Amino acid sequence: MSADTETHVSGNSEPLFESAKKIYPMATHGLFRRIKWALLFVTLGIYYFLPFVRYDRGPNAPSQAVLVDMEHARGYFFFIEIWPQEVYYLTGLLIIAAVALFLMNAVAGRLWCGYLCPQTVWTDLFLWVEQKVEGDRRDRIALDKDPWTFGKIRKRATKHFFWLMIAWWTGGAWVLYFNDAPTLVWQLLTFQAPMVAYVWIGILTTTTYLLAGFMREQVCIYMCPWPRIQAALTDEKALNVTYRWDRGEPRGSLKQNKKLESQGLPAGDCVDCFQCFQVCPTGVDIRKGMQMDCIQCGLCIDACDNIMNKIGKPTGLIAYDTDENIERRIEGKEPVFEIVRVRTVAYAAIIAIVGAIMLFALLNRDFADISVLHDRNPVFVEQSDGTIRNGYTVRFSNKRRHPRSFMLHVEGMPPNTLVEAVGVDAIFAGRPIVEVGPDTTREVRVLVTSPPWVDLPHSTPVTFRITESVMGEVVTTEDTFKAPGKP
Amino acid sequence: MAEPHNKEIDQVSGVETTGHEWDGLKELNNPLPKWWLYLFYVTIIWAVVYWVLYPSWPLVSSYTKGVLGANQRQEAIAAYDKGVADRSEFADKIVATSLEDIAKDQELLQFARANGQAAFGDNCAPCHGSGGTGSEGYPNLQDDTWIWGGTLDDIHTTLQYGIRTDNDDARIGDMPAFGRDELLSRDEINQVSNFVASRAGVETDEGVDLAAGKTLYEDNCAACHGENLEGIQEVGAPSLMSANFLYGKTLKDIKAQIADPRNGVMPGWVDRLDPATIKSLTVYVHSFGGGQ
Repeated sequence: MSADTETHVSGNSEPLFESAKKIYPMATHGLFRRIKWALLFVTLGIYYFLPFVRYDRGPNAPSQAVLVDMEHARGYFFFIEIWPQEVYYLTGLLIIAAVALFLMNAVAGRLWCGYLCPQTVWTDLFLWVEQKVEGDRRDRIALDKDPWTFGKIRKRATKHFFWLMIAWWTGGAWVLYFNDAPTLVWQLLTFQAPMVAYVWIGILTTTTYLLAGFMREQVCIYMCPWPRIQAALTDEKALNVTYRWDRGEPRGSLKQNKKLESQGLPAGDCVDCFQCFQVCPTGVDIRKGMQMDCIQCGLCIDACDNIMNKIGKPTGLIAYDTDENIERRIEGKEPVFEIVRVRTVAYAAIIAIVGAIMLFALLNRDFADISVLHDRNPVFVEQSDGTIRNGYTVRFSNKRRHPRSFMLHVEGMPPNTLVEAVGVDAIFAGRPIVEVGPDTTREVRVLVTSPPWVDLPHSTPVTFRITESVMGEVVTTEDTFKAPGKP
Repeated sequence: MAEPHNKEIDQVSGVETTGHEWDGLKELNNPLPKWWLYLFYVTIIWAVVYWVLYPSWPLVSSYTKGVLGANQRQEAIAAYDKGVADRSEFADKIVATSLEDIAKDQELLQFARANGQAAFGDNCAPCHGSGGTGSEGYPNLQDDTWIWGGTLDDIHTTLQYGIRTDNDDARIGDMPAFGRDELLSRDEINQVSNFVASRAGVETDEGVDLAAGKTLYEDNCAACHGENLEGIQEVGAPSLMSANFLYGKTLKDIKAQIADPRNGVMPGWVDRLDPATIKSLTVYVHSFGGGQ
């Protein structure tokens, strides 16, 4: 072995990855804790109970307010009904969601991560259970080191039981969005529900249990892409959970800092009590500045304010603030808060524009549709009487909840062109009248035959126009009539 | 490998070697990752459980059946039977309903067309083409030219019993071999061929006596093909008024078909397909658009 390989020996003993350190977040109280509880109640309340909200749509339709009906390929949201071909509406929702995330970030950093993200909300709930069963930070650290006594087993079993109950309820609520909720609950209780419901409950029970019970901050730090994007999008004017180091440093114990003060030396307000670190659900020391691991939940603000109140100093050593303001304070200038800036206005404008487009599309939604598929083999048929026939597969959609009939007219052909719909006898002025059942589609084979011995080009553009018989709703689509003529 | 393996520690990594050496490179005896090893054990346990539950080991004339009694062959048969049973509701209705009524019933028409389309692809497309446009010798089912009739009942009969088959109900109608059987002379065939060509709009030879051809037609052909060449579907004699001929559109083709005709065969399907499928095929072919 040569000498230069010896240098690698020391490097070999270090592992490639840092192993995860277990975090024991301490409970705290204060404004942000109260906000988080309130948001937890609202968001989980919506999630768990929304499937049970009823909405009367009349006969032939489910009465569940929010429902994704896979079997009949329909999506319902209160007064909105979406067919599979209209799923592009979701694109608008996704754009709005993304830009709203950017807007939140431009205003006050990771509002989503800290208060609204399901990972945060469920982890909060699981932590609450853990704390109720096993005690606060100190007790939990001690419990982990304890031998496996009966008391420890009982505590652990209780905790995991409640965790699994919450996780199971989470999975159970999920499947209710895809079926009539009361019916499915009864089926689940009597073990008559479809297999797929049990499978999905199992999957979501597992993911909830693992993500909120065990992986917690690891999800935010290693799995989630948003912290990376967020770091690139933020700027010096965005509010973030900030340790005001201009005021806090030099940190030191209360005693030491008082001594420094009495000597006329500079002393910061930070008493180095580590409360901010101990309440942090991701194990971050906020005093190191803005960092990717920090989900900006504000709990360190609560913890620090509580200490500041106790030692008789003004609160807000940790607060929502901007990088810019710290610099300004050091320079002796007034802090500024610019919520309205080019960036936030632009994001808000994008949300408004996309929202307006979606609203327009929704209000002007067609309740009838037609799609036309030209025969490919043969493209046209020459008949012995000199006529040329084209065949089309035409699908009529009736999105109303009562049967309707549509008159089919093919425009762009020479006079005396014959339009027939196979299996449809009703004809008015040479135009077939096709009846379509409530909330369904009907496929009809349509034959268009030219007059005899007419010189038609290779391809004639035609318009298929359907007119609803009562309200006169008109829908058109374009296609072509093919003939043996020159291209 | 005969000599005993002495424990050797690699200086760089501090790991024991296996004692295997290739050109001075020694293999380190690093342990397998635990997750990998345990997964490996799990697969072994899995395999043993599988042997017990499912068919696995081949024996001399059979195999171990497994306690779950799984049998893919029977599963496939059951799935097929279920498919037939699922369709039986509509299939029974199709059998019980007249062809005209099927064409009028929205639901039955949709089922019959879908069923017919599948059966057409399996059974008819090899000769008539996947779109039903046929080719030389195989009639086009899309246009309005029908040799044996294009109504629903005509198509149904043709589909059931076929053309020139052994079935007693088959459609039979042979074009006589005027040349091969020496019913007409070469000159006479030439004359009648040119007459038919002239009426069908096909280019004719020059200097041929069309009047003589017309007389020959009336004496020999009109009985089946009609006084005005309009054809008679009852005997399967096609119309000769336009050049939409089954066996070619040139004068040469016409001469060949008169002198030594081809009489094509269409198989009957009554013994091969169930009644519901034949009826579905009838409705499907009729709905191409050329049906009468």
